[in-house]
Amino acid sequence: MMGYNFAYLDEQTKRMIRRALLKAVAIPGHQVPFGSREMPLPYGWGTGGIQVTASVLGQQDVLKVIDQGADDTTNAVSIRRFFARTAGVRTTTHTAAATVIQTRHRIPETKLRDDQIIVYQVPQPEPLFRLEPSRVETRRMHGLADYGLMHVKLYEDIARYGQISISYDYPVMVNGRYLMSPSPIPSFDNPKMDRMPALQLFGAGREKRIYAIPPWTEVRSLDFEDHPFRPINAPHPCGLCGATDSYLDEVVTDDHGGRLFVCSDTDHCAERRAAGHVGTDGVKEAAE
Amino acid sequence: MSGDLSPGFADPVTEAQACFRAVLDAMARPGRLHTLGGVTPPPPLGVASAAVLLTLVDHETPLWLDDGLRAAQPWLAFHCGAAVVADPRAAAYAVATDLGELGRFHPGTHEMPETAATLILQVAGFGSGRRLRLSGPGLRAPASFAVAGLPDDFIAQWHANRTQFPCGVDLILCAGDQLAALPRSVTIEEG
Repeated sequence: MMGYNFAYLDEQTKRMIRRALLKAVAIPGHQVPFGSREMPLPYGWGTGGIQVTASVLGQQDVLKVIDQGADDTTNAVSIRRFFARTAGVRTTTHTAAATVIQTRHRIPETKLRDDQIIVYQVPQPEPLFRLEPSRVETRRMHGLADYGLMHVKLYEDIARYGQISISYDYPVMVNGRYLMSPSPIPSFDNPKMDRMPALQLFGAGREKRIYAIPPWTEVRSLDFEDHPFRPINAPHPCGLCGATDSYLDEVVTDDHGGRLFVCSDTDHCAERRAAGHVGTDGVKEAAE
Repeated sequence: MSGDLSPGFADPVTEAQACFRAVLDAMARPGRLHTLGGVTPPPPLGVASAAVLLTLVDHETPLWLDDGLRAAQPWLAFHCGAAVVADPRAAAYAVATDLGELGRFHPGTHEMPETAATLILQVAGFGSGRRLRLSGPGLRAPASFAVAGLPDDFIAQWHANRTQFPCGVDLILCAGDQLAALPRSVTIEEG
């Protein structure tokens, strides 16, 4: 840890981020501007999440980092290594063993507890940005809770395609007041945010915004009475562990149309396999 | 006078982090108690309020102190480097021994509610005194919370604060080395 302050950021920056985090928790779903710093990795690689994690993390914490549910992809490995080096904290791949979980675009399948904090990496914190390019205008819309534009967008989807055509980054209302981007998690994960026992923090580095959802807060995915929200998932069991209730990745296995559906959450899949659950492709693999 | 100042955190990095996590948890779960330590502030500034100030306040945050806390001003000036302001409405952080009018602090604006003040209020103690019933974000079910040393009109004042949501002042209650928080999102009734 020579040459760095604990967890890389200087104390002045941490104080500024900590103040923003407290305000974010007090106003669930509201985007709080903060002085995002340049980090030793490019924007789009989780600079917002890293700054939030760095401001929250202590020596007692156990950190887990996932990228699309996986612990072993480039982004997850490098961020985990970054904090192991700059903060000297213990790291883990087990969801249940972690106290702080930084995530890119997934929520773990294992239910989170009230002593855990989940930090989301957010590329675009403004849920209205595709509908209204002006920040001045969207800020006013949030101030007035004027979200008609988003309802019109959902209505137009239904009129055009017969259904709401958003499969990830599906907009949610937090505590009945703020329209919020859940970050590009699949809509499959949206119901997990509702009344989650863990504290949820969101950091957008390039866009310089922090927001939060306190524990046990109502998070409702936008929908209509006659077109209720439906989370989307592939209609298959996991090929390796046989799970039918987890979010699946589709893997192309050959050039003859071969497909393998596997859990996106690698820790969940590994734990199930360790417990003896075997999927159809898992058996084949073991028999070879 | 400068020779009489007691020290701040012995290990600022880890102690500020531990204190922040306590405040974050308190803010995320209204009414939950946390215990802080590590500082010996000049009375009447309490241990918990001093730790919170060392953790969150610096030259970027105008600080307001009520008359009862003037004695702590040199200590805060030295350890936090905060500019102490005379106008409560100009303060980002305020420390008080007596609630007075909650409405004198800046509640933020509808477009920028995060600019609202955070009030650190020193109370007599927790677990006895006025019983409050808390509900809202951070609470699985309505919770009971007892605080000694709140003024009689606290619930009426809080109601006025709560109804201007998303604007409103956030409250951190401190008694000795104990702390609990009441963010503006929480609804408080007579319990």
